Parts: sequence; structure tokens; C-alpha cells
Amino acid sequence: MIKTLTKCVREYKLATILTVVFISGEAIIEAIIPFITAKLVNNIRAGVEMSEILKLGGILVLLAVLSLACGGIAAYTCAKASAGFAKNLRGDMFNKVQSYAFSNIDKFSSSSLVTRMTTDISNVQMAFMMVIRIAIRAPMLLIFSIIMAYIMGGKLATTFVVVIPFLTIGLLLVAKFAMPAFRRVFKKYDTLNESIEENVRAMRVVKGFSREEYEKKKFETASESIRKDFTKAERIVALNNPIMQICVYFNMAFVLIVGSKMTISSMGATIDVGQISAMLTYGMQILMQLMMLSMIYVMLTMSSESMKRICEVLNETPELTNPQNPVMEVKNGAIEYKDVSFKYSNKAKKFALSDIDLVIPSGSTVGIIGTTGSSKSTLVQLIPRLYDVTQGSVKVGGVDVRDYDVETLRNSVAMVLQKNLLFSGTINENLRWGNENATEEEIVEACKLSQAHEFVMGFSDGYETKIEQGGTNVSGGQKQRLCIARALLKKPKILILDDSTSAVDTRTDALIRAGFRKYIPDTTKIIIAQRISSVQDADMIIVMNNGAIEAVGTHDELMKVSESYREVFEQQTYGGGDADEAAEC
Amino acid sequence: MKQPNARRAKGVPMGGRPTGMTFKSLKRVIKMLFSFYPVMMPLTVVCILFSSATSAIPAIFMQNVIAEIEKWVDTGDWASAKEIIVPRVLILIGLYVLSIIAITVYTQLMAYMTQGFLSKMRCAMFGGMQNLPIKYFDTNRHGDIMSHYTNDIDTLRQLVSQSLPSLIQASAVVLCVFFIMLYYSVWLTLLVIAGVSVMLFVAGKFGGGSAKFFIRQQQSVGKAEGFIQEMMNGQKVVKVFCHEEKSKADFEKINDALYEDSFKANAYANCLGPINMNIGNIVYVLIATVGGLMVLSGVPNLSISGKALGVSIVVPFLSMTKQFSGNINQVSQQINSIVMASAGAQRIFGLMDQKPEDDNGYVTLVNVKTDESGNITESDNRTHKWAWKHPHSDGTTTYTLLQGDVTLDEVDFAYEEGKDVLHNVSVFAKPGQKVAFVGATGAGKTTITNLINRFYDIADGKIRYDGININKIKKADLRRSLGIVLQETNLFTGTVMENIRYGRLDATDEECMQAAELAGAHDFITRLPDGYETQLSNNGSNLSQGQRQLIAIARAAVADPPVMILDEATSSIDTRTEAIVQKGMDALMHGRTVFVIAHRLSTVKNSDVIMVLEKGRIIERGTHDDLIAEKGTYYQLYTGAFELE
Repeated sequence: MIKTLTKCVREYKLATILTVVFISGEAIIEAIIPFITAKLVNNIRAGVEMSEILKLGGILVLLAVLSLACGGIAAYTCAKASAGFAKNLRGDMFNKVQSYAFSNIDKFSSSSLVTRMTTDISNVQMAFMMVIRIAIRAPMLLIFSIIMAYIMGGKLATTFVVVIPFLTIGLLLVAKFAMPAFRRVFKKYDTLNESIEENVRAMRVVKGFSREEYEKKKFETASESIRKDFTKAERIVALNNPIMQICVYFNMAFVLIVGSKMTISSMGATIDVGQISAMLTYGMQILMQLMMLSMIYVMLTMSSESMKRICEVLNETPELTNPQNPVMEVKNGAIEYKDVSFKYSNKAKKFALSDIDLVIPSGSTVGIIGTTGSSKSTLVQLIPRLYDVTQGSVKVGGVDVRDYDVETLRNSVAMVLQKNLLFSGTINENLRWGNENATEEEIVEACKLSQAHEFVMGFSDGYETKIEQGGTNVSGGQKQRLCIARALLKKPKILILDDSTSAVDTRTDALIRAGFRKYIPDTTKIIIAQRISSVQDADMIIVMNNGAIEAVGTHDELMKVSESYREVFEQQTYGGGDADEAAEC
Repeated sequence: MKQPNARRAKGVPMGGRPTGMTFKSLKRVIKMLFSFYPVMMPLTVVCILFSSATSAIPAIFMQNVIAEIEKWVDTGDWASAKEIIVPRVLILIGLYVLSIIAITVYTQLMAYMTQGFLSKMRCAMFGGMQNLPIKYFDTNRHGDIMSHYTNDIDTLRQLVSQSLPSLIQASAVVLCVFFIMLYYSVWLTLLVIAGVSVMLFVAGKFGGGSAKFFIRQQQSVGKAEGFIQEMMNGQKVVKVFCHEEKSKADFEKINDALYEDSFKANAYANCLGPINMNIGNIVYVLIATVGGLMVLSGVPNLSISGKALGVSIVVPFLSMTKQFSGNINQVSQQINSIVMASAGAQRIFGLMDQKPEDDNGYVTLVNVKTDESGNITESDNRTHKWAWKHPHSDGTTTYTLLQGDVTLDEVDFAYEEGKDVLHNVSVFAKPGQKVAFVGATGAGKTTITNLINRFYDIADGKIRYDGININKIKKADLRRSLGIVLQETNLFTGTVMENIRYGRLDATDEECMQAAELAGAHDFITRLPDGYETQLSNNGSNLSQGQRQLIAIARAAVADPPVMILDEATSSIDTRTEAIVQKGMDALMHGRTVFVIAHRLSTVKNSDVIMVLEKGRIIERGTHDDLIAEKGTYYQLYTGAFELE
């Protein structure tokens, strides 16, 4: 895990190393300063000449300046290294996700990916900063101070035999009890925030049922339970402070009593006054460093969860890879399924598709209908190789899709997904996803074909109209037509519409289909629809049921042979006007 | 799901310099702390002050002991020295024990109060939020509202649990040490003050700088978060369009900007420590040399104690200098979080101070009994009969039976001033009638229903419910008498049963199941792994759209209101499921006054009256047959010539 992460340091390795070096420098100087100070104090006390004092003072100032330089540089490089490390991590994660196949994407929910790339990264950034600043410095200072304390204090240093184990055990115990408590609380805290979000989203329901007071009570109970747990955890951590103080005070009292005894009874021979004050300083430093180390320990264990989650993303192997010698051209839009079976995951018991055999000639129009969960979308997703078949093969233009260069294949197979999206940016920018270098004419042409041109021109900014995140400022039908235009701009050999005109009225729907017939006759068109009228005039209609093809034929044929087709047709024709479905969105 | 918080840092001036406003919110936080914990908070302050004092006083004792050691060191007579030194150290130990007790008490209290305070703030925010008008939620992004509960509360946590105590403690220590220093020597004290002023200046400069960049970093984080979220949601589209390289390039730009801000913010913050520490060191050296010089040259001392400047003064003075600058350093480290917290507090108060939905209604809904002669009397029991209780200014109270007669009389309405959404809309719905609204997006269909349940208030005209102006009816009671099924289904985390019971909290399990049966939801619910006890989460993501809709219908059915508003939605649900949902809807509509926003013309067909809306005006009204015969807009809609949405 650590290896995966450290790989992302890359160009900030120098800054990282410099940080460690300069921090060490700072630490050494910091350890030396009390030593010189003690000497200075002794000199003042002994009443030595002024020049001697000035000399020591000069050295001290020099050391302070040096320490400042080291500290300043380290602060700079440390900020650079940690921010850079975070940047690399974030970039690597993002790029990694770009290489994911659909099956990989399904594994992580998009909101979990967002958290991993934001909150988790900032946790790790903090931990990284702590480690390079303190993890080297603290033990160094600790060891140095202990050595110095022994040199200066001799027997007085035995106080640390008592204090250090006491503090270490105390801090570790606190960490041990506090950490699981915190982890529990954080989970609860997330749930609480989710419930707030739920409340905000459902405010119309809350107010519609006058449930304000009920919601308040529910929230107060949840908040109270979190408060209790949080308080428990925080109170454990709050013990750190008194434990530390006990050690500091014990150390002082010990040094004063034993020190004065030793000094006086030996008449200053074994130990002198200056040494006593140095002992106090080093004692303080030792304890501070132990405190720092325990803090790092807590921080690292807390962020290890984040590290794990980041590594999961980075170490995920994309399930689709380009073949060795890929075919770089798709000849035509002919499609062939041969004994295809498919399941979404190896562990899944049920096949999403079983025993599909199908031949679709290039340039034909194919309609697919079936109830929700009948695997209509699954069937077509195999064509642009969004998923790989479990058994059998899918061929496009006579070549197995797995033999194509993935980008070549997908550029020839345009698919309008059921759950479709526009991105924030202008309409123009969105359309250019289909073809970055499309000319104005091409864009207008595609929009005319998808019946989008008219309403786009109705916007005051036309093609430069800004689309909000998630495309919330265009209606469902408009969004679908823009998505179709975007796909058309690819000039694909195969065009797949996965329930892409559900929010478009029947007349426009018919116009779009008429346009397809007239302007892109050579493109194979596959249309998944809920509405019979959308597929009625197709060359071939496939009725899906429960992952299998139930019937194939033209409208007239199916009306004769397929009972379920006839049933749906009748329901839609006599159950009510067709326009009803026009507004679903 | 998290939403981008690009505007998270709003309310903070870009210069990073806190304004009067932000400090006002800081003051308010402290005031609230004291009012929430009128005993504990002062006790905490006392304990902090006490422990700070005890950490300053030992300096005197230590100086004292060291002076004694010096006195006795040449005699070598520990036995006699002991008599003097040991009691002093014992007093010191006594002080230490008291100090540790004080520290333990205040840290524990602080831990307790921090979480208590946060919980209270959260509840106050949430409670206040429940009373805000729908408009607030329509005009603020959910991500921004959420960030009050997450980011802003977090800044307060930091403030209350760390910055405030450390500020109090450091100030107390600084004050104590300051007087002790004055006690020893005024000259040297002045020197220390000069050094500390430099430290404070630097702290202000760097602290302010880092706060500015931290706030900028927050904004970059928000931007990156927004981008990541959009891309992660659209990842499949990215793949289908082979747009990976382009989005990588876009992200790199955003990521680089974030890196810049994060780097600068941290660089400033990291620098503060070493700079101040070393200024402290230099001041220390200055004191040592100047003090030494003064001792040697015999400059007359100026001090409260009146002692002459000697080694026994310079030495303890040095350790006090260290303590002094150390504490100043500690304060300056907190500047960052204090600035961030005041900005956070300002945003939190911004939410808490929002004007709640006003409700001047005084007509309430009560259970009643009627006797043979038609007299209405109020009842405490659930009688399944309701009436509007209408107190009049002359002291009398009248009761009007709840029937579900709703009229809109020449209603005008605008969400924003000057942009009228409804003009002169009149609708008359008799009890049990079904009124349908048809029209394009933005025609004002949903707006009409928003007005009936007073999510928004009308600008002109009158809306009457059973003959009573709805402005006179208490909002909660008005809404209790109206059932709504919205276009967008929202379910809550909890069991299916709990979700249905949301419609009427005192409904029994049987009643909930009956409602589910009525809605046509019973069948699929019993087929769920745990039946009615199946746990739903994340807006019922484990259910299909149609199933969610059915539960929402059951929820409205259990409330059993006389008037229903159905803002119907049938997204990509297949024909068969649609038929089931439709049946549920039809069952629910039976015998009630119903307002239907119809996307589905088959629902509209058998309405008593159909209103065709265009640009906020009713352009056609009549029954299905009337309107078809009229061959107007409705006819065109019905035959599919127009797009409805």
C-alpha cells in the first residue's frame, strides 16, 4: 500500500528529501541551542568577561538565523512536496478512472469515487506533511535530547527512566481507546449528514405532510446520540494533556530536589546550576517529542483508511485492454452475435444474457422492446465493447469486437446511453464531444437531424447557450435530442439509441427516424424503446424477455406470432393517447 | 452524494482580512457558549486561568530554589539546605497537583462542551431550516446548504475545542509572565515587548496571508470537487465518446490550480512556526547579552521589586522570555483557524438568521362529531370527521366541515418580481371533482399546486378552501388536509412501513398495509426480502422507479386527505408497471377532490374539467370531449402534434 502511494511522489522527491534534510538541520540546531544557552547562563552567572558573553550571544544569533533558514526552506519545500504529492495522487486517480472499463466503474459508485478523490486525498496529504516534517524530526530530537540529558545531567537523567515509559504507555493507551471510538463516530457522522441531505432533498414532502416537528425530533435524537459518542471519544483524547503535564511536573520536581541535593552536597562538583536548567529544558523537549510521536501515530492510523481507499482505486486493473495487434478500421455496420451469454460479474449466478444468436445486416434499422430488466441495454452494450461477453462472440463488420482497437471501435459505434448526460459548458462544446473538429455546418446538420436545431436557435445565445451541471436548464426531451446530435457528429457506422427518445413527443420522434432513413441510410440503427411506435417501421424488431430473445420479426410478423408484443401494442394504442409518454421526464 | 461547494467560502472578503462582520459572529459564538453552559463555561475559564497561572508561578519558585542552591553550593551542607529547599519544592509540588487537577477538569469540560455546543448548533440550524419557506430550498444549491453542516461546523469544532482554550491560556500566561517580568526589571521587559511586537507583526502578516490562501484553497477544492463529481457521474459517457484524454487534460488544469493554492497556503502556514520560534531565540540572546552587559556595567535597575539587576534576575528572566515568546507563538498559530472559524460561523448564522416561513393562520383543523340535527361539536378522539375551527374576533367560534372545496379566484403570481408566472387564473373544484392541468414546461402547472398548499403565497387574487381564505388557515393544518404525490419521489432511510406511516404518524400497521393495498403496492412489498420491514436507504435506491412511486402513493393514501395533488411522473417505466402505478393513482383519486398535473393524457381524459395552460394563462377549459371537439391546443396535444414536457 505504502509503495503504491510513494510512487506518486515523483517530481516532488527532491522537495521531499530537502524537507527531511532541512528539518533535520533545524532539529539539530534546536537541540544545540539549549546547550549553548546553558553555557551562556553559566557565564553570566560566573561573571566572565563581556567579550565571552558577546561571543556566545553571536553564536546563538547565528544558530537562530540558521535555524530560521532551515525552518523556512523546509516549510516551503514541505508545502510543495505535500501539495505536489496530493496533486499527483489526484491526477493518477483521475487518469486511472479514465482507463476503467464499465465493469470497473460499476464497482465503485460515483459518489464514493468523489470522496476518494477529495476527502481521502486531503487526509493523506495531511498525513504526508506530518510524516516528512515530524516523523524524522521528532525521533531525532528525542534521541539527541536523551543523549544530551545524560551528558549534562548524569544521574539526574534517571528521571526519564520513570517519565518516558509512563508517558509512552499513557499516550498509547489513549490512542488505543480513542481511535476505534473516533472511527465509530465518524461513520455515524456520515450517516447524520446523509440524513440532512435527505431532508433537504425531500423538503417538499416534509412540508407537504407538515412533518417539520417530527423531523426536528428525529434529528435531535440522532444528533444527541452522536454527541454522546463524540464526547466519549474526545474525553479520552483530552486525557493526553494532564498525562503530559504530570510528566512535565514530575520531571521538574525531581530535577529540583535531587539536583539541588547533588549540587549542594558535592559543592557543585558533580553537577552545577546551569546543568540543572539545561536538564529542565531537555526534559521538556523529550516529552514534547513523545507527544508529537503519539500524534503521528494517531494521525497515520486514522488516515490509513483513506490510504486503503485510494489504493483500491489505483490498483484496480481495467478489465478491458487493447489487443496486441488491433484492427484499426471498422469496415461496415454489420453485427453478429454468436452463442452469446453474458453476466455482469463472475460471481453472479444468473446470466444477464443467454444464448443470443443474431445477425444484423449493415445499414438496417433494428428495434428492441421488452420490459424493464429484460436486458435490452445489456444486449447493445456488447457492441461498442462496453462489456466483454462471457461466452460466445460479438462481431462488428465481420471482426470480433475484441480484436479492434477500442477507440476505433467506439468511434464507429455511437451510443446514446439511457442515463445520458450533458456536461457544464456551452451547447457547442457539448456537441463537440462527438467530434472535436466538427465544422459549424456539421453541427447544425446533426442538430437538424436530431430535431434540436430549432429549439437551440430559440435560445437567446443559440449554440453558445451555457448548459448547467447535469443539464438542468434544458428539458428532458431537449437533452435527449442534443445527446442524439452529439452521437451523430461521430458519423458512426452503427448508431445505438438506448431509450433515447422517451421524453420526445411522437411526432418529433417520427421526424428523427425519418431523417435517419433519409440522411444516414448506410448506418446501422439500433433503437431501444418503450413505445411501439418508435420501432414499428424497423426492418427488424427484437422482443426481449428475461435475458433472452423471445421473438424477432417485422411489426406485422410479430403481431401475428408474438403474444406479448401484441399485448403491449394494444395497451399503448387503446389505453390512451400516445402523447402521454411524451412528457415523462 | 456530495455536491460541489464552490461557493463554500462566500462571506469572506477576498483580501483575507477579517471584517467587522466576521468578528461579530465570533463574538456571537462565544456569547452562545456562555449562554448554553452558564456554569461550566465560566468554570472552564477559571480552570484555564488557574492552570496558566500555576504554570507561570513556578518560574518564581524555581528562581528562588536556584538562588538558594547558589547560596548553599559552597557550603556543601545539604542537611541544613534541605530545611529551606525541600519545603519550597513541596509547595511547588502542591501547586503542580492543583494545576493538574485544573487541567484535567477543564480539558474534560471542554471535550464535553465542544460536542454539546456543536450538537446544539446543528439542532438549531436544522430546526431553523425546517421552518424556512420552500423558496429557500429552491434558490440555494443543496451542496451549499450541506456545507453548513459539514465544513462550517468543522471550523467551529476547531475553534471551540482548540483555538479558544489555547487563546485564553496563552493570554493568561502572557499576562502573568508580563507582571513577573516587570517585577524583576522594566528595561528587560521593554526589550522583550519589542521582540514580541515583531513576532506579532510577522504573525499578522503571515497568518493573514495563509488565511487568504486557505480560503482560496477551499474555493479550488470546491471547483475540483465539482469537476470530479461531474466526470465521475458521466464516466460512462466519457468512455462511449472516447473522451478520456480530453477530460484528463481538463482535469490537469484544475488540479494544477488547486496545487498552487494548496502549496501557497501551506507554505505560509508552515513558515509561521520557525519564524516566530527563531525571533523568540534571538530575543532570548538579546536579553542574555543586554542583561549580562547591564549586570557588568552596573546600570541601575528599574523594577517593581526594587531589586538590583543581578545574575539571579537575568537567569529566570531568560526562562520567562522563552515562555512569553512560546505562548505568543502558540496564539499566532491559531490565527488561521480563528479566521476560518469566524467565516464559518458567519455562514452558519446566515442560515440560522434566515426569516422563517411566516404563518399567521388561526383557523385550525379539528376532529368533530355531528349529531342528527347537523350540529358540530369538537372531539378529542379520532372521529374520521374533520372541521375547520374558525375563531372570530367577536369571541365566537364556528366550525365548517372539511369537504375539499377549493377555489382559485383571479390569482396572479410571480416567483421573481416582474416575471409573472400566473395571470388571472381561476379554478373551481367542487368536493370529489377531478381537475387536470395540461401544458408545456413552464406553463405554470406545478406553480398552481405550490400555491394551494402555500409553498408560495399569491400576489393577487384569492384562494379559498371550503370557503375559507387559505391565508387564514394554519399552514400545518392546511397541508394536513392536502395530500401530495410529487413528480420526484423522495423516500426516507428506514423501513417500508415507516415510509408509508410518514403520511400519518399514528396509523397502525394494518392501516398502512391497507393503504399499500389501495395503492397496489402491497404485492411487491410482500415479495421484498423483509416485506414491510425491508430497510430502504439512499432514497430507496434498491427499488425500481415504479415501486418507489407506489410507496409514495401509499404514503399519501394513509394520510387520507380530502384533497389530493398528484404531480404525476412516469419516467422510463415500462408499459406494464405504468399500468399498475396508474391503477394505484386511480384508486387513490376515488372520492376526493383531485388536482392532477397530467403528463399522461389518459389520466386527464376522465377528469371533470381539464385546464390547458399556456404561459401562465388558462387558454382552454372543459371536459375531454369538449376540448377534442374544440380542436384547439388540447386536441393537438392529444394527437401528438406537440411536445408536452
